[in-house]
Amino acid sequence: MGNRVSIVGVGQTHHRSKNTECNGQELIGIAVRRALESTGLTMNDIDAVVVGNMDHFESINYVDMWSVMGFGGYMKPVLKVTTGGTTGSAVGHAAFYHVASGLFDVVLAVGWEQNSESDTTAAIVTHCEPLIERDFYGGAIGGLAAQYSMYMDKYGATEEDAALVSVRDRCNAARYNPYAHLRKEITVEEVMNSAYISYPLRLLHMCPRSDGACAVIFARDDKAEAISGKPARVLGVGSSHRSTYLGDEVGLAGLHSLEIAAKEAYNMAGITDPYHQIDVAEMYLPAASAGVSWMEGMGFCDEGGGPEFIRSGVTNMDGELPINPSGGVISTNCIGATGLIRIGEGALQVMGKAEARQVPNVEIAAATGFGGCFWSDVMILGSSKYLD
Amino acid sequence: MEKVAIIGVGQTRYERNNPCSHDEMAFEVTNKALEDAGLTIADIDNSVTCTNDFWDGRTISCMTITDATGSSRVPTTNVEGDGTYGVLMGMTRILSGLHDITLVVAQSKGSIGEPNLITNAIFDPVYDRILGLDAVNSAALQAKRYMTKYGITEGQCARVSVKNHKNAKKNPYAQLPLDITVEDVLSSRPLADPIKLLDASPVSDGACAVILARESDAKRICRKPVWIKGVGHCSDMYHLGDRDLSDVSVLQTAVKKAYDMAGIKDPKREIHVAEVYEAFSYMELMWMEGLGFCERGRAGKLMDSGFTQMEGPLPVNPSGGVLSAHPVLAAGLARIVEGVLQVRGEAEDRQVQGASVALAHGIEGACGQGHCVYVLER
Amino acid sequence: MTVELGNTGTRLHQSRIRLRYNWWVGKSMGRFYREIKEKRKIWGNKCPVCGLVYVPPKENCPRCFEEMNEFVELGDRGRLLTYTVVRYSVPLIQPQTPPYVMGIIKLDGADTGLTHLVGEADLEDIEVGMRLEAVFRENPQGNLLDIKYFKPI
Repeated sequence: MGNRVSIVGVGQTHHRSKNTECNGQELIGIAVRRALESTGLTMNDIDAVVVGNMDHFESINYVDMWSVMGFGGYMKPVLKVTTGGTTGSAVGHAAFYHVASGLFDVVLAVGWEQNSESDTTAAIVTHCEPLIERDFYGGAIGGLAAQYSMYMDKYGATEEDAALVSVRDRCNAARYNPYAHLRKEITVEEVMNSAYISYPLRLLHMCPRSDGACAVIFARDDKAEAISGKPARVLGVGSSHRSTYLGDEVGLAGLHSLEIAAKEAYNMAGITDPYHQIDVAEMYLPAASAGVSWMEGMGFCDEGGGPEFIRSGVTNMDGELPINPSGGVISTNCIGATGLIRIGEGALQVMGKAEARQVPNVEIAAATGFGGCFWSDVMILGSSKYLD
Repeated sequence: MEKVAIIGVGQTRYERNNPCSHDEMAFEVTNKALEDAGLTIADIDNSVTCTNDFWDGRTISCMTITDATGSSRVPTTNVEGDGTYGVLMGMTRILSGLHDITLVVAQSKGSIGEPNLITNAIFDPVYDRILGLDAVNSAALQAKRYMTKYGITEGQCARVSVKNHKNAKKNPYAQLPLDITVEDVLSSRPLADPIKLLDASPVSDGACAVILARESDAKRICRKPVWIKGVGHCSDMYHLGDRDLSDVSVLQTAVKKAYDMAGIKDPKREIHVAEVYEAFSYMELMWMEGLGFCERGRAGKLMDSGFTQMEGPLPVNPSGGVLSAHPVLAAGLARIVEGVLQVRGEAEDRQVQGASVALAHGIEGACGQGHCVYVLER
Repeated sequence: MTVELGNTGTRLHQSRIRLRYNWWVGKSMGRFYREIKEKRKIWGNKCPVCGLVYVPPKENCPRCFEEMNEFVELGDRGRLLTYTVVRYSVPLIQPQTPPYVMGIIKLDGADTGLTHLVGEADLEDIEVGMRLEAVFRENPQGNLLDIKYFKPI
């Protein structure tokens, strides 16, 4: 059987809309250095590297080879994972598997993106099947807008419900997370006054595009204890990449792939009552509407219960189940890193190293990744008391 | 390490301008591998696809083959790199204990895009991409460096091409079975000195699939499981000028891991057949040195001696190699597929008699910046 | 646009991805290009651990992963480590019309090679080890071709 795996270190850049000082390799270097410094390790201690980004945002082919410069991967085993929006979380999962397999003891996961270097929407549109979808997909927002329309129709959710999520995440970023890209507090009124991008989604419901990098160090449990006094143990992983064509995802209202991935991860982690057992969740919500319609996918509420769940305030920093203390994706979205940042933030919460954004007494954290077309990754992290 | 075996393989015929779409090719090889393993798609527990956004002309290119590989039904991930790296990923998933029967599929269609532009994008946009570097002329820089340092001749490189295209005549999947002479190679159209047309691999479309299983499943399901006894991967520095392009230390490091895991001490004697990734003729010579089949700088002489011919003690690329078919990403996986067929005794007309230990090798990036190597055994 | 290939029954869809890019040059390459553009000087930097001098300069040493803050002015002369004569044409990406010569040049004072072009030389006279000198462009634009090419000396 495989090894147990923990996260021992996390590093990330201060994300911004244009990181004009650094090229991509330098950006990676900053995040990697910070992760290493937080653990006292050097690259000599790293047995393998997994890296990820989305090629068309920087137009660099074979980034696994190019980025060797950025993370000091000379003479190291290096491998690239690219799965679209879930790239960051897929990179984290891959690093977990590398260590769990027993082939490598300490593995560095790197996710990065310099979205400012390209036209993000134009690049995203190239994900569509060229014959059928590409001409009219309209970028990332199209599918998300269509989905929330259905949810609103089915369960009576409103644009204001989504605005509550925007306000929660952006205020968390502003108040607590120095690494976040967008750090301005907003109000529901401001959200509702912002222009429609694609009905029913408005500007302030949407994620930005950011430049940034994140590095997370995974280690075999017995080594992890020596490296970090309080590592974050990987208790469960789950993944579902279901649909390729938007039209295939019938029953669009919720996020079916999230439900599948969460169940898999919960099963592995022994979670039977997610709402009560999970102390904090870092969720990949590319639009605030997802923060309403995807709650049931995580088992946090009943089907259709999203609006009431959000309106109750339980997901705020002082609530029972804080979601996105970091500000989440609608405060920072450097796509290849974003899913890995969720894992890193979840780990920091369990390790007690989340500084101003620390939720008290975190024993279990959930981190999710999302990508087009409706793909989901889930990782459950826990403190040492969950090691049997 | 718990043992992992390859229990099913499949490949398309390699050709330029294959009229099938990406997903049709992926569906074909997925079904071939399943049939070879005696399984159905319902038996696949998870999958790893290998696609590249540039080669496919599409962001999130893995989506192109998600449905065709049954990957929308199971946990799946995508390695953007040669198929040899995809198999490594598949191994980590099985060895973690969390996954069982794993499908790995790699594919690309070189004929749909512009390979020079696509490989130009390998080079740093703020540095030397502006020089028009691509896969061919960067390889030429490496070839010249290697040949100058060790006195390797163009004739010795040409011998690799002659051998491999001739071997391809016995491989029904190969794109370029050819009867050519050293003279033919030397007088073929120069591309970027010293590389000439017949020193270079073709533009190809193709796909490959393998199915991996842990020992208990493999023994239960498969009559002839082929065990992955050793694996290693390693990467060099990135900028061409930072590297010594004639140096094979990175390959040596990767293969040492594989040999140590497999208990191989004298590869020249213990490896019975090798399938290596020679995108250009000189590369096969360099990789012979890196794999320990001869000393540094001596691969030209090894080639002259006939050691790696079909009749020799250690045939290299009985399939015809990458010079005979170069479906990017699938080409490394094809080396594994060929190694598996050899070790099973199912390589038909290209069978190396009595082969029970095979080496399969893939590369990544410009001038073989990354290497991934396997030792496969019956 | 979808076209039918003869009477084969095979249909081919043609299109092009048009994406524009603006890349951030970064600190080290930024300095490299500024020095060439403004002063016609070629700079590298040195690793504090292994002592190797890299050109172009980089944020960190690829071997040691140490930040490199010591910049070193190099000459504009060096030795040709390897080269090729490019004979095929890809106008969209090539800086010159083939046949043209590309090589890796080890500048005096540097430990690594600079990929660039070789010009003002007869193809038959080019050989590994020959001494070369940088020729700078008249109207520099802040990229690698502000060095036009290296010529034999």
